[in-house]
Amino acid sequence: MEWLRRLLLPIDQGSEFAKHIDFMYMAIFWLSVVLFFGLMIPMCWFAWRYRFKPGRVTPHQTHNTAMEVAWTVIPLLLCVALFFWGIIGYMQFAVGPGESMEIQVTAKQWLWQFEFPDGTRAVNELHVPVNKSIHLVMTSEDVLHDFYIPDMRVKRDIVPGRYTEYWFTPETVGEHVSTCAEYCGKGHSDMKAKVFVDTPEAFAKWMETGGDEWMHHTPEEWGRIQYEQKGCQSCHNVDGTKSKGPTWKGIWGKPVTLNNGTTVMVDEAYLRESMMQPGAKVVQGFDNIMPTFQGLLRENEIRGLVAYIKSLQ
Amino acid sequence: MEHTLTSGSVLGDRPRPAKNYLNETTGIKSWMTTVDHKRIGIMYLCAVCTAFLMGGIFALLVRLSLLNPQHTLFGKHWVNAEMYNRFFTLHGAIMVFLFIIPAIPASLANFVLPMMLGAKDVAFPRINLMSFYLWCIGATMAIGSMVIGAVDTGWTFYTPYSTTTDGAVGLMTMAVFILGFSSIFTGLNFIATVHKLRAPGMGWFDMPLFVWGIYATGVIQILATPVLAITLVLLLIERVFQIGIFDSRIGGDPVLFQHFFWFYSHPAVYIMILPGMAIISEIIPTFSRKTIFGYRAIAYSSVSLALLSFIVWGHHLFVAGESDLANVVFSALTFLVAIPSGVKMFNWLTTMYKGNISFETPMLYAMSFLFLFAIGGLTGIFFSTLAVDIHLTDTYFVVAHFHYVMMGGTVIAFLGGLHYWWPKMTGRMYSEKWGRIATALVFIGFNMTFGSQFIMGGQGMPRRYFNYLDQFQPIHAFSTYGSWVLGSGLFMTAIYLLASLKTGPLAPDNPWGGTTMEWESSSPPVVHNFEEQPVFEHEPYDYRHRTVTHV
Repeated sequence: MEWLRRLLLPIDQGSEFAKHIDFMYMAIFWLSVVLFFGLMIPMCWFAWRYRFKPGRVTPHQTHNTAMEVAWTVIPLLLCVALFFWGIIGYMQFAVGPGESMEIQVTAKQWLWQFEFPDGTRAVNELHVPVNKSIHLVMTSEDVLHDFYIPDMRVKRDIVPGRYTEYWFTPETVGEHVSTCAEYCGKGHSDMKAKVFVDTPEAFAKWMETGGDEWMHHTPEEWGRIQYEQKGCQSCHNVDGTKSKGPTWKGIWGKPVTLNNGTTVMVDEAYLRESMMQPGAKVVQGFDNIMPTFQGLLRENEIRGLVAYIKSLQ
Repeated sequence: MEHTLTSGSVLGDRPRPAKNYLNETTGIKSWMTTVDHKRIGIMYLCAVCTAFLMGGIFALLVRLSLLNPQHTLFGKHWVNAEMYNRFFTLHGAIMVFLFIIPAIPASLANFVLPMMLGAKDVAFPRINLMSFYLWCIGATMAIGSMVIGAVDTGWTFYTPYSTTTDGAVGLMTMAVFILGFSSIFTGLNFIATVHKLRAPGMGWFDMPLFVWGIYATGVIQILATPVLAITLVLLLIERVFQIGIFDSRIGGDPVLFQHFFWFYSHPAVYIMILPGMAIISEIIPTFSRKTIFGYRAIAYSSVSLALLSFIVWGHHLFVAGESDLANVVFSALTFLVAIPSGVKMFNWLTTMYKGNISFETPMLYAMSFLFLFAIGGLTGIFFSTLAVDIHLTDTYFVVAHFHYVMMGGTVIAFLGGLHYWWPKMTGRMYSEKWGRIATALVFIGFNMTFGSQFIMGGQGMPRRYFNYLDQFQPIHAFSTYGSWVLGSGLFMTAIYLLASLKTGPLAPDNPWGGTTMEWESSSPPVVHNFEEQPVFEHEPYDYRHRTVTHV
């Protein structure tokens, strides 16, 4: 029946908890199948067996106390059993493991920001070591969001002004996706992060250097990957159309009018400033809504983005 | 006394009265100022069906947006995320507030409930008319909000998004506020009618089960709707004056809004489903020609569902930052809902046992209801089991689940009831052949559209997503094809029902052999429903000494 589980649930079972949830899901699924056919087979049988015949006399059965008590009490007992089973599974998740790695998560329209214990920060990219308990402490800077890794079977809302918590212990090395599961506006469905479960060595190396992925790409390519991964695409189009922010197409090397009436040349210095202090020079016709990327982008990523914009002519 | 009841489009042996509620007075003014519950019911029916059409068009647009991940149609990019967010918001808001909540109580129940009690009208006929006009004002404002800047908050108006986004959120929430009062007036009227206007000799346990269901609905309408009104006013005050109720930046709490909202909106789910169940309790004994099994159990289960509906709202907040203790308590209470729902299912099935069952369109809808509501109810177990809920909530699994309950339950029952009472309301029979074809299309299309969404949801597809991973493309496309089948079934229904007004054969007084009091009136009924005050003679669904023949 593994094929059925793979059809009904995410194929990857990233953690022990995911296996536990899958087992419960499949158990309730089969229980539902039995109950469903337990209702539908009699319905179809009665419909066929007692189909209309002119003049047939029907019995005047008004009730049957024994039967009615049975079909009240038996489902009740079933529900009590499921209830306890459900809270046992829930409590295992609700109480975090004693020793864990704490990562701060800040959600904002429409990106995820992760901050590691040593101060390393990353956007839309969560690296975690395998077989270590991860404890996320999450808050939002604007509206409600929800951190959801389908492969871990866990989700939790992120509420502005509150801290909510999230645990998981990844067990297999690989790449997963996390999504936002609470509606948060235009970029809701683009608010995705990649979750990399690394070997301890690979994780240590990533913490040190931020990985060497960038060396395998041209700067333009690396910039395009950053554009998609860091949430730029939520507000900036590259096809010349206007979105929440100005398009990137064909802006390089040309003057642009700001909202205070002055003009400025789009060059490396201006682009860098716009990433680090987005409010300093806002293009005419747009609101000052972009969050700062100060400390969130590595040097190679900024270079990549500038190169990418340069290439969009 | 030996009765012979007929089934099918045959005129009764009684001559039709020349004057009935439709032709006693004529002209627009006589309709606009009427206090006749039958005319108000018909006007409500036209109104909610128009809303259903609008909400349905938005539903088709939502599905069309998701046909492929590039959002193209004939190779052209036609929709963006902002438009999509408006589509699903308007679909949800229109369907919930303008259609499903008033659909059965204000239209069908308005028409038949007083007749089932042997009454001339509802207790407060003028308030009944006022309810309709409030609905019209609310609907106009809701449509107005679409014109001046469509709302993109989702029908739940969750803060702080709803207090900060552009768009006519203020007008939309005021519309819902006014629609709430229209709903309260309807519920209030039915409660008073049931208490005071029963026919001589009719006790509480002599009433048809439809009346019990609508009575339980009325209780929820007048107790829960004011909470929605308060919540929406607070939301407006927050939006305009920024006083810090729901916005955490100025000291409020966004989760408080969710508690307030679901304290109404969960009972509202039962405002929607109880009338649906009430219709099924009428159709099944009538087409089984057999007394209902477990009358009291069904009546009590309606009331207990109404009461339980007030104490389970927290299950919408399992992952929203509610405490673990609250989660456990709400999970336990939520499981209790399964019991009365199950009791109803078992009683309906047992009613069919040893019946004499024919399969006219209303019965086909009733059996579709049993099938779809069984799936809707059983998939509810996944959500009340806390650990599994954590994975499934806010995915397409929950979208599929509530559509199976709301559309597979309430809308299917509404269609069943519409066909069941159509001859009584209009005095015409619709085409049985087209009725059966349309039922089959609706059933197949519905299961294609929403059955596939259980799979997507389990695999981790979050709801309200404009862009999705390519892996979901085949299922999304299948679901969209299903929506076309479903849409064509409903469109076909509209056509043959409207056509029957002109070309349908005249309906007999009691085309299905029903035993409740509304069938004792002529089709269509006279202005005061009955020629003389009916007296309670036999319990409802009493098929003793009655044989039924098709003619």
